[in-house]
Amino acid sequence: MWYLCYFLHRLLDYRLPEVESLAKLFGCFDGEDGAHHLQWKQPPHHHLDSPFYFVSLPSEEIARSIAHRSLLVKGMFEIWGEGTSYEELQTAIQSYPEERKLPFLGEESTFKIVVDTFGKVLNSQEQSERIESFKFIPFKGRVQLKNPQHKFWAIETDGVALNNGLPPLASKIIFFGRELGGANRSLVTKYELSRRKYLGPTAMDAEVAHLMVNQALVQPGKLVYDPFVGTGSILVAAAHHGALTMGADIDIRVVRDGRGPDCNVWSNFKQYNLCAPVGLIRADNNSPPWRSGLNELFDAIICDPPYGVRAGGRKSGGRKLLKGVINPYIIPDDKRKGHIPSTAPYTLEECIHDLLDVAARLLVMNGRLVFFFPAARNDYLGLCYPKHPCFTLVAASEQILSTKWSRCLLTMEKTAKYTEEVASSARQKHTEFKENHCRLLKEAKERGNLHSLVFPSVDSIDLNAYSNGLLHNELHGEKPDSRAKYRGKYV
Amino acid sequence: MRLLTHNMLSCNRKGVSNGFPLGIEASKLEVKEVDFNSDFLRHIYPKIEWKAFVDAAKSLGLNDLPEHVDDSMLEDDDFLHSFHHALLEVHLEEGALICPETGRRFPVNRGIPNMLLNEDEV
Repeated sequence: MWYLCYFLHRLLDYRLPEVESLAKLFGCFDGEDGAHHLQWKQPPHHHLDSPFYFVSLPSEEIARSIAHRSLLVKGMFEIWGEGTSYEELQTAIQSYPEERKLPFLGEESTFKIVVDTFGKVLNSQEQSERIESFKFIPFKGRVQLKNPQHKFWAIETDGVALNNGLPPLASKIIFFGRELGGANRSLVTKYELSRRKYLGPTAMDAEVAHLMVNQALVQPGKLVYDPFVGTGSILVAAAHHGALTMGADIDIRVVRDGRGPDCNVWSNFKQYNLCAPVGLIRADNNSPPWRSGLNELFDAIICDPPYGVRAGGRKSGGRKLLKGVINPYIIPDDKRKGHIPSTAPYTLEECIHDLLDVAARLLVMNGRLVFFFPAARNDYLGLCYPKHPCFTLVAASEQILSTKWSRCLLTMEKTAKYTEEVASSARQKHTEFKENHCRLLKEAKERGNLHSLVFPSVDSIDLNAYSNGLLHNELHGEKPDSRAKYRGKYV
Repeated sequence: MRLLTHNMLSCNRKGVSNGFPLGIEASKLEVKEVDFNSDFLRHIYPKIEWKAFVDAAKSLGLNDLPEHVDDSMLEDDDFLHSFHHALLEVHLEEGALICPETGRRFPVNRGIPNMLLNEDEV
C-alpha cells in the first residue's frame, strides 16, 4: 500500500533514511536479508528535497508506528485524492473506493479537517472556505477539534521556486487524506539542551541525537555504547527508548567530575528519570581496554568523534609519541604515583580507523554504527566516506554547516564477521599510525585544513586508499552528491 | 563501577599478554537498587566470563553465585536475582583494579575506572 509521507522541511537529507531505519525497526524487512531500502515515489516535477513523498509500506499499522516514532515525518496519510485544482481533487476523492472511505465517515465517529500549506499562507477565512469545499464528502460523524478519532488533512502547495539557482522544490498540488500519525516533536522540547543540567561545548543537539538513535534502531533492552561519551547527550536519547547504555571518554574531568555531585553525566539521566548508564569508564579509543575474547557485545555504537573543530581528538602516548618512538620514554619510579599521563593529538583519519575497528569487533551481527563524519563541500573529489570490510553503508545524510563545511551522519550495518584477518590488518595499520605519528601530524598541519585531517592527500588517495578499500565514494552505486542543495529550516 | 564493567576490562599495557581478570582492591562499595530485567540478564549472560565474574564477586564478599553454570539456570528465578545483584547492583565506588601480570593499578574513583595508560605503557 502506498502512503503519503509529508515531511517537515528540515534536516532534508535525514528524512528518507529515518523512515527506512524505522521501517526496519518495525519489521518491514524481516526475512529479507540485508534489505534496508523502501520504494519511494514523488509527485511529478517535485525536487528531491520536496517534502512530499509516497512510500510503499506493508500495513497501516507499520506506517502509523513509523510516523509516531519519527521526528521528521509531519504526517503519514492514506491519500483519498490529489489534484492540481480543487475540482480535480473532488473528482479524485469521489472516485476513491467507497469501502476505503465509509468506515471513517460513520455516525458514531468524531473527526476534524486540518488545512495545511507548504510555501504559502492562508488566512482563517480562506481556511474555512477550503474546509467547506469538502461538504460533498458524506461526513456523518461529529466535528471535534480536540482528540478526534479521525483527522483528515487538506495539504496545498502552489509550487515553491526560490531564487537560489536550484530547480523548483515543488509544483502545484493539493492532497486530501486521512492521517495515520505524525512525529512526536515534544521530545525535542523535552530534551532540549537549554534545559539540560550538565552540558559541554560539543553536547549533541537533542533532535539530532534522537535521529541518530533512530538510525541505530535503538529499542528497549538493547545495549548501546558511545566511545566519545562526553556529557552523555547521545546516550540520554538512547535511554529514552529503553536502551541500556555504556560510555567511555578520554577526559576524566567530564566522565567523573562534571560540575559537582548534582551536575554530571549521571544527573543528566536522573533529570529525565532514565535508567543510568550501566558503565562509564575513562579510556582511550586508540588503546581500548576491552579484554581479549570480548566481541559481539553491543547492539549499537553511536558517537560524534572529535574532529577538531570544537574539540580536538586526543590519544594516549603524549610526550613519548611526540618525541618519536626511537628514544624510549621512561617515567621514573618516584614520579609514577599520581602521574598524569599526557596525551597526543589524534588525527581524524586514525580516530576513524580505530572507531571502525572497535565497532567491527564489538557490534553484534547486523548491529549498527552511527557516527558523524566531516566533509568539505565543493571539493572536486566529492564526498568520500570511510569503508570497512565488516560494514555496509546504509545511509549518509549531509547536514550543511557553512558554505565550506558540512557533516554527514553515516549509518553502517555490520554485515560480516570480525575475522582474525581483519583484526591483524587493523593491528598493522595501528602500528603504522603510531610509527608515523609525527610525520602524519606535521603533514596534516602543513595542509592546514580540516579536510587534510580527514582525508589522506590527493596523491596517496590514488595510490593507497582506493586500492586498500579504505575510502569509497559510492552509495547504492551512485556517487555521493556534493551538489548545491536545499537546506531546509534550521533553528 | 559494576562487576559487569569489570568483566569486560583488561590491562592493555604494552607487553602484557593476559591482563584479565583484573584484581579488585575495594575501599568503598555501594549497593544501588536497579530494576530487575530478566531479558537483559539472559542477553548478557553468554558474554560474561563466568569464573572471573564469580571470583570478582567473592572478592567483594558476595558468595552466593554458583561456580558452574549452564543455560538451564537462566530459568531459575533465585539464580537470576543473585546474578542481577552481583552484576548490576553492587558498585565499586573507590578502589583500584590490579593487572594480574604486572600489578599495575588502575584507580577507581567516584565509580569511574581510569584505564588510561601512561606514556611509556602504550
